[in-house]
Amino acid sequence: MRFLKTLMLSAIATTGFGTMAAAQEAMTIDQRVNEAFAATTGPFVSLIFAPIPGTSFPWIVMWLVIAASIFTIYFGFVQFRFFGHAIGLVKGDYSDPEDAGEVSHFQALATALSGTVGLGNIAGVAVAVGIGGPGATFWMILAGLLGMASKFTECTLGVKYRNEYEDGTVSGGPMYYISKGFKELGLPGGKFLAIMFSIFCILGALGGGNMFQANQAHAQISGIVGDYPGWITGIIFAGVVYAVIVGGIKSIANVTEKVVPFMGVLYVGTALVILLVNYDKIGWAFGQIFAGAFTGLGVAGGFVGALIQGFKRAAFSNEAGVGSAAIAHSAVRTKEPITEGFVSLLEPLIDTVVICTMTALVITISQQLIIDPATGLYVLNEAGSAIATVNDVSGVALTSAAFGSAIGWFPYVLAIAVVLFAFSTMISWSYYGLKSWTYLFGEGKNAELTFKIIFCIFIVIGAAASLGPVIDFSDAAIFAMAVVNIFCLYFLMGLVKKELNSYATRLQAGEIRKFKN
Amino acid sequence: MTTRLVVGLDGHGSGERALAYAERLAKLIGDCELMIVYVVEWSPYSFQTAEENAQRHKRREEEISTATQRVIDPAVAKVKSSGITARGKVRHGDVASILIAVAEEEKAEQIIVSRSSEGGFAKRIFGSATSNLVMHASVPVTVVN
Repeated sequence: MRFLKTLMLSAIATTGFGTMAAAQEAMTIDQRVNEAFAATTGPFVSLIFAPIPGTSFPWIVMWLVIAASIFTIYFGFVQFRFFGHAIGLVKGDYSDPEDAGEVSHFQALATALSGTVGLGNIAGVAVAVGIGGPGATFWMILAGLLGMASKFTECTLGVKYRNEYEDGTVSGGPMYYISKGFKELGLPGGKFLAIMFSIFCILGALGGGNMFQANQAHAQISGIVGDYPGWITGIIFAGVVYAVIVGGIKSIANVTEKVVPFMGVLYVGTALVILLVNYDKIGWAFGQIFAGAFTGLGVAGGFVGALIQGFKRAAFSNEAGVGSAAIAHSAVRTKEPITEGFVSLLEPLIDTVVICTMTALVITISQQLIIDPATGLYVLNEAGSAIATVNDVSGVALTSAAFGSAIGWFPYVLAIAVVLFAFSTMISWSYYGLKSWTYLFGEGKNAELTFKIIFCIFIVIGAAASLGPVIDFSDAAIFAMAVVNIFCLYFLMGLVKKELNSYATRLQAGEIRKFKN
Repeated sequence: MTTRLVVGLDGHGSGERALAYAERLAKLIGDCELMIVYVVEWSPYSFQTAEENAQRHKRREEEISTATQRVIDPAVAKVKSSGITARGKVRHGDVASILIAVAEEEKAEQIIVSRSSEGGFAKRIFGSATSNLVMHASVPVTVVN
């Protein structure tokens, strides 16, 4: 989601091209850093995002979608069979009143969601629909539905193999389930893979979960108040993040944790209002989505182009298979690890199937994408790389224009939402990175402080410079997490199956009872 | 049969008045046990950061031990010293619903609370715990002024 990747970046790069060219001579240090960085990390980035030979389909996207399909089949469509049960768990129907005061299923889900809902849902979808046409939405929804099974698998393991310390705190995530799970199965290499995962997670946290967010937040703010140096945004953001993660200023975190869900609801609510007002076009929009999914309706690459964009955006948006959610979900208090797996499968549903689809529908209905009235096909832009839009915009700007065409002042609300989403994503990823850091260097105040300070420094760097190669690299690091995580999930999924079978039997026998009606 | 009364304390002076009244009632009843409850305000639907979640269990233990030491233990000791049987309990959740739940679990005759002295803006919007309790309780409620 936060990894809006090259397309998004190139869109930003094009808009800011004039200023960049002027600043090029002055930015020689940045340039050199960029070049050196690109040269050393380039091969890694190209490897992760390499297309499958003969296609333009990145293999990493295929890797995520295939894994999601395998988990879906292996667990017998768990995302549909236990959907109702998952809702019951979140509502607290099965929570023992004696455990009141512990982290509830709802809280674990809300925390994980605040880490994934963000720029991807607003800007990423616009990129997908802008290039792949409305048809991309169909594939995005499909990938979101499949991704629910990946989340289920990793989050069950996250809770099952977390560390519970004597002082009552917990640490969990792929690094713990990989090392402990492999040991339990008598497989070699668990420790090595866990370390690999932790390294990628730290890099991903500093990049996609931090620099990219800061960069986008700055782009959004300067788009409204006018251009000003990025380091100013960076220092303000870093200061606030520092106050929260190092200073433990609860009030800031509390405010964002309350405002972010509110923003999410406001966003979906506004989208719904726009859809209701244009109810007569909803049928047409779905028609475009279905027709586009199988014919492409003239987009670059035809229906395969739509499919690639849809799959890619869903994978980038909900992080299913990446392993980050397993860290967030592992704090829940439950005697049955699998219950958190059920709860977590709602995450891709809310993130991708609901919120992303809303964005896509609003963009489609707003008719910002130009259609040739004679053929009914979409008109491509001059470069032929994307669909032409009314004001030649893409990414956040396209979403903003689509909402703005219906409700004039909404772009301002959207800008605030983007900044807040970026902030909450940073807070979440600072925690994911921290857990990986302490896994490598041991739990302790000093180790934690070191990472948190590094994290804040990277915010300034991210906001100040246009670090294309660095961001490419950090995106690659986040997907490298998925390479390690999914590879290990294939070995560990048998353990989840055992839990699932045992739980399903007890649920049917009425041994797992409701506390509330 | 022993009569049980639930006493809700809020950790303030007003709670003392509820306790004093419950003591008097217990003496009048004779065979009576007091169930002294302190509720830590908590909602399973609040939003927290990942770090707060990871530390939640630890915090909960701390909250329970603080409330037990500062509110419940002294209250139970005081009541016992005047010859009345008493037990104490610290629970997390919504004050009104927890007191009602405890009263039902313990098959208590009534719930005794004090009218909270705190007012303010938040209370005006969300209503006070006491009025919620009076509205929803399944047993008689005595509100001590």
